[in-house]
Amino acid sequence: MDKTLKQSLQIFATKARMGVLEGVYNAKAGHPGGSLSICDVLSYLYNVEMHVDPKNPKDPGRDRLVLSKGHAAPALYATLALKGYFPVEDLKTLRKSDSYLQGHPNMDKVPGIDMSTGSLGQGISVAVGMALGGKLDKADYRVYAILGDGEIEEGQVWEAAMLAGNKGLDNLVAIVDNNNLQIDGTMEEVNSPYPIPDKFRAFNWNTVEIDGHDFDQIEDAFAKAKQCKGKPTAIIMKTIKGKGVSFMENAVGWHGSAPNTEQYEQAMEELKAALAKLEA
Amino acid sequence: MMAEVVKCATREAYGKALVELGETNDKVLVLDADLAAATKTGMFKKAFPEKFIDVGIAESNLMGVAAGLAATGHIVFASSFAMFAAGRAFEQVRNSIAYTHLNVKIGATHAGISVGEDGASHQCCEDIALMRSIPGMVILNPADDIEARACVMAAAAHEGPVYMRFGRLAVPRVFDESYQFEIGKGSVLIEGSDVTIVATGLMVNEALEAAKLLKNEGISARVVDMATIKPIDREILIDSAKKTGAIVTAEEHNVLGGLGGAVAEVICETVPVPVLRVGVEDVFGKSGPAVELLHIFGLDAAHIVEKAKQAVAMKQA
Repeated sequence: MDKTLKQSLQIFATKARMGVLEGVYNAKAGHPGGSLSICDVLSYLYNVEMHVDPKNPKDPGRDRLVLSKGHAAPALYATLALKGYFPVEDLKTLRKSDSYLQGHPNMDKVPGIDMSTGSLGQGISVAVGMALGGKLDKADYRVYAILGDGEIEEGQVWEAAMLAGNKGLDNLVAIVDNNNLQIDGTMEEVNSPYPIPDKFRAFNWNTVEIDGHDFDQIEDAFAKAKQCKGKPTAIIMKTIKGKGVSFMENAVGWHGSAPNTEQYEQAMEELKAALAKLEA
Repeated sequence: MMAEVVKCATREAYGKALVELGETNDKVLVLDADLAAATKTGMFKKAFPEKFIDVGIAESNLMGVAAGLAATGHIVFASSFAMFAAGRAFEQVRNSIAYTHLNVKIGATHAGISVGEDGASHQCCEDIALMRSIPGMVILNPADDIEARACVMAAAAHEGPVYMRFGRLAVPRVFDESYQFEIGKGSVLIEGSDVTIVATGLMVNEALEAAKLLKNEGISARVVDMATIKPIDREILIDSAKKTGAIVTAEEHNVLGGLGGAVAEVICETVPVPVLRVGVEDVFGKSGPAVELLHIFGLDAAHIVEKAKQAVAMKQA
């Protein structure tokens, strides 16, 4: 990947991480860990991969993103705000009773949200429906779904995977955020779905395994997805839950809790330092 | 010579109406979960194979895929048995279809006790209660093939989620071809002054029979067909309570949370008069021939008559 592009994507992702912290801190609630792990892939999707227009968020021809792991809404909100779908200042209103930024994504209230999600396992079925719709209408938009690794313990994910594989939906990409942590512990401690790629391949999917924080690998994965005809693609990306904030990284406790003021300030200092380094 | 009474299952009318819709509306898609022969969506599949998607035995995914197709501008009919459409996939209907207000029409067949021999596991008498509890859900439960067709057309024209409830059993025709159906409006089939029978689905025909029997005993019963359970027609209920002073509800559903509950809620808050409910008395069904089961579970004209007399007596007390 071009060095300047990579740098701009990293800067965008770092700003998105700051937006996540801003939202969750002010809400005194939310899910920072699994939001921080997907900021890099969202940066790539919204800056490079997806054909979307913030000024025309309902364009029928747009690419669509379903955040099946809806609890990572702060990351998607920060990404959309940075892209100009709505004001960045609004990120502070996350989860407030007078805000349109609901705890989990709501398509009727937030410009740029393509599907209301939050109940795990449901988003991927909707993404399959959207991809089928695209095929039926002979439209050329693509559909992206981001799933949590814990989320794929839901049986509905595999109902959806079976149908997508059988229908050969090559306009569909499922991205599995494999940060290896869920609420009750590590994946292995709770109910391991490993090996994840084998399971998707068994349902006739193309699979790509990458480091979800490496933009060269992210770029390569989406290129491979586009090249693959007749099959949907699953990108299984190894990520670090809480990525970018030292004390949140790989710590299960940061799945669904907000930082206190001291922690928030430390996190912002770290992200500001990272940003300064990138912008230098 | 007496004219032969036409008998047709509402699921049959559903299948035919879908074909009719397919001929005029190219946005219509039909989904099923391996029950196309039974739900009668198979008729549509035969006519428009490219507009029919079978997702296999996966009702949760059925509802999600329907939502996704609706989100891309299609009018989606998603079918399964009531037990699985409203029961198994309840949360998908709630979160992926209703919370999003997407244009999905759920065609739930084989509702109620009249499923017959398959027994309790398949006899869904809870679906109206489940669907009623979801904000914004429209619930239609037609009485015969004419009304079933009208419900399908109205559902297609309505923007947003609709739950349609159809039966397996062939039932007598109640309406004639001139019948005009409107979502949210009940209709008075017989005028009366002593008691009102508010019925839905296959109980409408039983209500008409009951009114005849009551007439023989000197009781004048008004009969209201309530095909729309939600939004309930408050006006016709208030008017009935004022005119007749007593109400009996009749439905092929648990007496908890269905039509009886909906009617009682309106009447308690407006014109409090006795409301007695005919329905499945909070028990599971069992195997047997459909018509026999309807009598066993008290879903017949005789039981409506009994309740109507009680209601009239309560009024006089």
